[in-house]
Amino acid sequence: MISIVDYGMGNLGSISNMLKKIGVASRFVSNIEEISAAEKIILPGVGSFDNAMEKLNTLGFSNVIKEKASSGTPVLGICLGMQLLGTRSEEGIQEGLDLIPGVIRKFPSLNGLRIPHMGWNKVDVSDLGMFKGLEENKFYFVHSYFYDPKDSAHIGGKTEYGINFTSSVHKSNIYGVQFHPEKSHKYGMQLLKNFAAL
Amino acid sequence: MLAKRIIPCLDIKDGRTVKGVNFVNLRDAGDPVELGALYSEQGADELIFLDITATHEKRKTLASLAREIARHLSIPFTIGGGIKSVEDVEVLLQSGADKISINSAAVRRPELINELAKNFGSQFVVLAVDAKQIDGDWWVHLNGGRIATEIRLLDWVKESQERGAGEILFTSMDHDGTKNGFANEITAQVSEALSIPVIASGGAGTMEHFKDVFTIGKADAGLAASIFHFREIGIGALKDYLEREDIVVRQ
Repeated sequence: MISIVDYGMGNLGSISNMLKKIGVASRFVSNIEEISAAEKIILPGVGSFDNAMEKLNTLGFSNVIKEKASSGTPVLGICLGMQLLGTRSEEGIQEGLDLIPGVIRKFPSLNGLRIPHMGWNKVDVSDLGMFKGLEENKFYFVHSYFYDPKDSAHIGGKTEYGINFTSSVHKSNIYGVQFHPEKSHKYGMQLLKNFAAL
Repeated sequence: MLAKRIIPCLDIKDGRTVKGVNFVNLRDAGDPVELGALYSEQGADELIFLDITATHEKRKTLASLAREIARHLSIPFTIGGGIKSVEDVEVLLQSGADKISINSAAVRRPELINELAKNFGSQFVVLAVDAKQIDGDWWVHLNGGRIATEIRLLDWVKESQERGAGEILFTSMDHDGTKNGFANEITAQVSEALSIPVIASGGAGTMEHFKDVFTIGKADAGLAASIFHFREIGIGALKDYLEREDIVVRQ
């Protein structure tokens, strides 16, 4: 059973639909007790960094997610949910969960580079953790900020878009992907299968 | 590298796909959800569903359609038709739409773009624009092309971007339905004038037309309807062709 954190940010239905397609049970969790009891956690997110962190803090979810992550529960952050795993973001002033140290940075203004980075792009996999069977891939991205991890050992994969940015992070039982596996068809299904199999 | 996108467009009327669709492997060729799922299996990168008859009363139909699509598709989709307010969009996004598209309502009240971008983020807002070339210049048209305006295409797309549109869906009325190729020259001008992605629409007839719109037309995505609906071009074959032509696509 995968618990999808419902804190009012993002399209949770798409994630549960995708899990259903691959035959994985999931539920939405919207209080501290339910998160405490979770076997596996998906932290989704669409919107701004500060708005999301304020909600997680107000609801008391930040602490319980951190506790769960440090006690070995697999956690997968998706899109903004991945960025929340970082230390802080150039998008705002709130502190992140700091589960995988790093700063969330805005894409540089380069000539001809369209922001947000939107569409299907390849992840060059450096850590197989979440990417078994996905050496060849294309995932669907929509974002204007990217994760810049402090320790390169935490890079799970990188993607080329004007710069070569970190599109996936991994530290022990904690994973983050910048793209949307729930919108990435067969590649997304495989990635979520991999997470479900942890 | 970011892949160029292939986007089938499904016109919806009263919850059903219009335009004769004759796929033998569909139980119900008029069912937009089933047709969308088929395109998704064939490798479509996104889908656009446009309710061509959307009225205020039918807005609920659109929301339930969005819910059904979201339940069955695992690629992003845009939904549009008759959207005039933040409330209209709210219900569509809650129903699982990834993006919404607005057209005439934004021309009539440009602040709508700002409101939607502020409430939902630019990435949700696709600004669709239909334009026609008259005496050498390109002019925005409303209501599916029936009403001419005195707004220049390039002025309008730039203003839309400034107001917060996240993507432009540009249809050349002069090319739409001709199957003689996209409006590459003006598409390139639109693309170069903007820093947001441009979806080119109107005129697709051959695989080469897609190559041209991605290279000469500098489009980020190519949209078509009938050539996919009538199986004149298969999405899989189109992507194989584009890949051979050194255009990055998702396979």
